[in-house]
Amino acid sequence: MRIIDTFRYAAQAATGTPLRTGLLMLAMSIGVAAVVILTALGDGARRYVVDEFSAIGTNLVIVLPGRSETRGFNPANLVTSTPRDLTLDDASSLLRLPGVTRVSPILIATTEVNAAGKLREAMLLGTNDEYIDIRQLKMGMGRFLSKTEQGHGASEIVLGALIREEIFGNENPLGKTVRVGDRRLRVVGVLAAGGRGMGMTTDELLIVPAATAQAMLDTNTLFRIIVEARSRDQLEEVKARVLKMITQRHEGDEDITVITQDAVLQTFDKILGVLTLGVAGIAAISLAVAGILVMNVMLVSVTQRTAEIGLLKALGATSGAVRQMFLVEAVLLSLAGALIGICLGYLGAAVLRQLYPAFPAYPPLWAVMAGFGTAMLSGVIFGVMPARRAAGLDPIQALSKR
Amino acid sequence: MADASPQEQPESSLISLQGIERTFLLGYSKVHALRDVNLQIQPGEYIAVMGPSGSGKSTLLNMIGLLDRPDAGTYLLEGRDITTLNLDEQAKVRSERIGFIFQSFHLVPRLTAAGNIELPLTLAGMPAGERSKRVAQALKEYGLDDRAHHRPNELSGGQRQRVAIARATILRPAVLLADEPTGNLDKATGEEVVRLLETLNAQGMTLIVVTHDQAPGARARRQIRMEDGAIVSDVKNSTGTHP
Repeated sequence: MRIIDTFRYAAQAATGTPLRTGLLMLAMSIGVAAVVILTALGDGARRYVVDEFSAIGTNLVIVLPGRSETRGFNPANLVTSTPRDLTLDDASSLLRLPGVTRVSPILIATTEVNAAGKLREAMLLGTNDEYIDIRQLKMGMGRFLSKTEQGHGASEIVLGALIREEIFGNENPLGKTVRVGDRRLRVVGVLAAGGRGMGMTTDELLIVPAATAQAMLDTNTLFRIIVEARSRDQLEEVKARVLKMITQRHEGDEDITVITQDAVLQTFDKILGVLTLGVAGIAAISLAVAGILVMNVMLVSVTQRTAEIGLLKALGATSGAVRQMFLVEAVLLSLAGALIGICLGYLGAAVLRQLYPAFPAYPPLWAVMAGFGTAMLSGVIFGVMPARRAAGLDPIQALSKR
Repeated sequence: MADASPQEQPESSLISLQGIERTFLLGYSKVHALRDVNLQIQPGEYIAVMGPSGSGKSTLLNMIGLLDRPDAGTYLLEGRDITTLNLDEQAKVRSERIGFIFQSFHLVPRLTAAGNIELPLTLAGMPAGERSKRVAQALKEYGLDDRAHHRPNELSGGQRQRVAIARATILRPAVLLADEPTGNLDKATGEEVVRLLETLNAQGMTLIVVTHDQAPGARARRQIRMEDGAIVSDVKNSTGTHP
């Protein structure tokens, strides 16, 4: 029997029982679609987090006050148990280190902004003029904070796009005064809409010079210092230099934590990558179930078509030809189910993206291939047994079944 | 064995069965389906195998059709020892030399009349172009032209059996084996089918019909009667009612 005729015969046999074939393909396609959609979710989460982290800039070293490491008892801890503050001077000192291009101090607090009789709660960010370049933000109008020594002094403020819209509407806010806390600040610029990073939108941000923020909040300490290295290769060196410099400035006490953006990124990437893999594995179980269903349906098919198999043998079909027919049928069913499943999966992922535009739910190619491969494999594996049973039927008994 | 004429030598016979034994195990008891069957069949013969049910006539037919293997004895088909062939070789012999016709037609329900007739050609690996040519010819010969694209459930009993006969003969086999071919048909249609088979026989095809119906059996030129797995009479009716 020719291969093409085997395929045609198997296809006809499959379409001859539309309900059974349809249900089987449904089961298989749900399995494949589950793999595609779930991995799209997992990989989407990974991409989302990575994007968020990348959105805060590139080649960054972040300085946090306090040590995150637990250490054993140290007599020094008795004397200096609380970490020193990170100060604006600490931030300035880092700028002199080789390999460092930009440094931004960061203060964050929630405050109220008040202008033109409108009051709104907003996030206050104290920083300096470098911040816009580090974060790669864009201005909607006006300018960013003026260049002063680590953002000292000026009573100026940059508004997030949403804040500006809610407070000033269509009016030009530049040069107008807003009241934040008990201070009056002059609006010098508005950020372009849509900036984001670390799960935070810049649309609802108020940006003021770091010293101004410190004065407003009555504090000396910084929340973070963000350091930009010249290149990715220098990240580790810069990290070491930053740590050494601050330790020196803090009288030899290593009371800060320095992390590189890369390390954080890689950690998240790895965690969420494993998560995606795990989710894919769970989805693959449904594929195995679908495979068992293929076997079941094919076994029923063999039983129902016993007379036909006997006839084929009487007409001169070899056992091999009969086996091939049934195996090809199982494979065709799996193939069709898998293809439908991939379409369904992509459709589902597209619907997800439509519902949550910020979430990049694209199924990774490896998962699609793996889902397809697993479907085909289970189709073949679970198709072998029924096919062997069909081939092994005794033609006399098969024919005597009426 | 009655009437063993000298020209019936195994070498020249189409079918030569010698000392064929076949036993089945039914539960714990052995059933002798065939005992010491010796039979010589010449090309072009028209044979009716008769006997009560369970007499072994279907087993004999299956044996001749290579669907069953004897426990003992030799079977020569066209001078070739068939029992030594492996399963695939036997399948090839079935495909090329033997045509089966069944009481319940055994048409594949999802295939059209044309599709059913085409089946042996497909299984034999014939290219599609030649297949459709031969199927078209067969449909014409058997008067099924206008039924080519009907499925078996849309055909009458007589038409179904005609499709089955067309299917059995499309590869021009040497032997046509019919197991109760008229069993599921009314008298008139049965007559028609028997006449069709006899026409094929007249064209040179060896015809072996298993029946427990006396009337069609009597039309055969040679009648074999079986009881308890053994041939009890083998009568040649040289005149015959068949022209």
